[in-house]
Amino acid sequence: MMKKRWQRRHIVEAFVKGLMIVSFLVVAGGLGAILWTILVNGLPALTWAMVTQVPQGGFYLGKGGGVLNAILGSLYLAGGGTLLALIFSLPIALYLETYLGDSEWGRYVRLSLDVLWGIPTIVYGVFGFIIMLAIGLRASLLAGIVVLSLIELPIMVRAMDEVIRRMPVDLEQAALALGSTKLEVAVRVVTRQMLPGIITAILLAFGRGIGDAASVLFTAGYTDRIPTSLMQPTASLPLAVFFQLGTPYPVVQQRGYASALILTIIVLIISISSRWISANLNKYTVK
Amino acid sequence: MNRQIQTDGNKVNLETEGRSNRPSVVARNKQNQLAKRTFFIITLLPMILISAITLVLAVRSWPILSTYSFKDLFLGSTWRPDNGLFGFWPYITGTFWVTTVGILLSVPPCLLTALYLSEYSRSFTRSIAKPILDLLAAIPPVVYGVWGLLAIVPFVEDVLAPFSKRWLNSIPIFKVNQPTGFSIIAGGIVLAVMIAPLIISVVYEILRTVPDDLRHASLAVGATQWQTIRQIVIPRVVPGMVAAVVLAASRALGETMAVLMVVGNVAQVPKSIFDAGYPLPALIANNYGDMMSIPLYDAALLCAALILLILILIFNILSTLVLQRMLGKNWA
Repeated sequence: MMKKRWQRRHIVEAFVKGLMIVSFLVVAGGLGAILWTILVNGLPALTWAMVTQVPQGGFYLGKGGGVLNAILGSLYLAGGGTLLALIFSLPIALYLETYLGDSEWGRYVRLSLDVLWGIPTIVYGVFGFIIMLAIGLRASLLAGIVVLSLIELPIMVRAMDEVIRRMPVDLEQAALALGSTKLEVAVRVVTRQMLPGIITAILLAFGRGIGDAASVLFTAGYTDRIPTSLMQPTASLPLAVFFQLGTPYPVVQQRGYASALILTIIVLIISISSRWISANLNKYTVK
Repeated sequence: MNRQIQTDGNKVNLETEGRSNRPSVVARNKQNQLAKRTFFIITLLPMILISAITLVLAVRSWPILSTYSFKDLFLGSTWRPDNGLFGFWPYITGTFWVTTVGILLSVPPCLLTALYLSEYSRSFTRSIAKPILDLLAAIPPVVYGVWGLLAIVPFVEDVLAPFSKRWLNSIPIFKVNQPTGFSIIAGGIVLAVMIAPLIISVVYEILRTVPDDLRHASLAVGATQWQTIRQIVIPRVVPGMVAAVVLAASRALGETMAVLMVVGNVAQVPKSIFDAGYPLPALIANNYGDMMSIPLYDAALLCAALILLILILIFNILSTLVLQRMLGKNWA
C-alpha cells in the first residue's frame, strides 16, 4: 500500500515536470517560428533598393522603389515620441522615487501608469485624431509623435521606476547626509547611478513606439515622400507592411514581408543592445 | 553668521563662508521646492490623461447613446450604418470569442512555463528564458500579424479545419462552416503567443514572492516537488495568477493589428471557432477616419472605442490592485 502511493506520486512528478518542459519549449518555439517565418519569406525580396529608395511611381503595382520613406518615417516618429516622452517620464520616475517612495500617493500614480499602459493603442489613435481635429491639425509627423509619446510614457516611467527602485539606499542617504537637497540627489546621484537602466528603459519605449501601427494609422497619415517638416504627413514601417500586404499583387506582398523583416531586425537590434547596455555599461556605477 | 534653515522638517545649522561662486543654501532649497512642485504637476499627467480620454470618448459617443436604446445598440446584430442600424452584438461577440480562445490557449502552457522557470529550472535555463520572453514581447503586433497570415492561417486551413471536419464536426463550436483559415481560432493562436510573455513574467514574479522556507519545510517532510507546488505554493498565489490572466485578457481585448490581419473581419455573430469574426478594435481601425458623411457613424465608432476602453479599464484596475498588493514593494 505504501509502496504503490510512493510510486504514483513520483510518476505524477515526472509527468508534470515533462509537461512543464514541453510548455517552455512550445513558448520558445513560438519565437523561433515567428522569426523563421519572417526570415524565410522576407529575405528573398529584401534588396538594397528596398532600404535605400523611396517608392517610385507604380510601387504598389509592382514597379521599382523601396520603403526608405517608411523606415525614416518610423525612426522620426519613434525618435520624436521617445524624446518627448523622456522629458516627462524622467521627472515622474525621479519624483516617484525620491519624493514619494512607497506613500499612498505614489501607489495611485503607479496604478494610473499601469492603467495607462493597458489602454489599447487604437484608443490612443482615436483620441489623438479627435484632439487633432479639434485644434485644426492635419495628419502629420507632429501628431504622430505626440500620440506615440503618450503611448511610450507609461512604459518608460514604469521601466525607469523599476531600475531606480534597485538603487542602493546607502548612496541616497550618504548624499542627503552631506547636505544635498532631494533635487540634487535625484539629478546628480540617482540619474548617474541608474543611467544604464534609464537607457534600457528609453530603448524599450522606443521599440514599442516604432512597432505600433494602430496609433499612427489616423494621426501620422501615409505618404511616399520623406517628411521635411513636422507638419507633413509621414509613412511608418508597420503601416507600410500592412498596406503592401493589402494589395493583390504577389510582388508587392513579397515586399511587405521584406518590410516586416526590416522592422523585426530594427526591433531585435534595439532589444539586444538594451540587454548589452544593461550588462556592460555599469562600469561607473556603485554596486 | 549663523542661520537656521528648514529642510524637510530638519533644522540645520549652516555657516555661510562666503563661497559666492556656489549657490547658497537658500537658493538650493528654493530650487528644490520649485522642482518638487513642477514634478508634482507632471505626475498628475497620467491621471489627467486617463480622465481626458474617457471623457472625450464619452462626450463624442453621446449622440448615439442618447438616440438608440441600450438593447438596440448592444444586443442588436445588424450593422448597416447607411440605414441607421448600429448593432454592436457581432463585434462584441467577436471580441469575446477571440480573446477567450487566446486566453484558453495561452494560460495552461504559460502557467506551466512560469512554474518550471520558478520552481525547477537551473539559473542557466532562466538566463536563456529571459531574452526569449523579452524578444517575444518586443516583436511588433504587425509582425505577429504577418506571421499569422503566413503560418497560422494556412495551418488552420490545411490542418486544423480538416481535422475538425473529420472528427469534431458534430460539436457546434468546432463546426467548420467556411473554407478559409481566416477565423477566430487563427486570431486566438496569434493572441496566445502575443500575451504569453506578459503572463509568464507576471506569474513568475508572483511565484518568487512565496518564501523558500515554506518550500523547504514541505520538501523536508517528504513531499515531492509537485506536491509542494500544488499544496503549498499554488494556494498562496491563486489571486495573483487570476490577476495575471485578467491583465493578459485586457491586453488581448485591445489588440488591433495582429488580430485584424487574420480574423477575417466578417460582421457576423460567430457560432464556431472556425468562423470568421470581427472584433471591436478591427472595426475601429478599418472604418474610422473615412465615415464622415454618414450621420452618427462617427459617434458609433467612438462608442465602440468607449466600450473597449471601459472594459479594459475595469479589467486593468482590478488586476493591478491585486498584483500591487501581492507583489508589494517590487511592483507598487
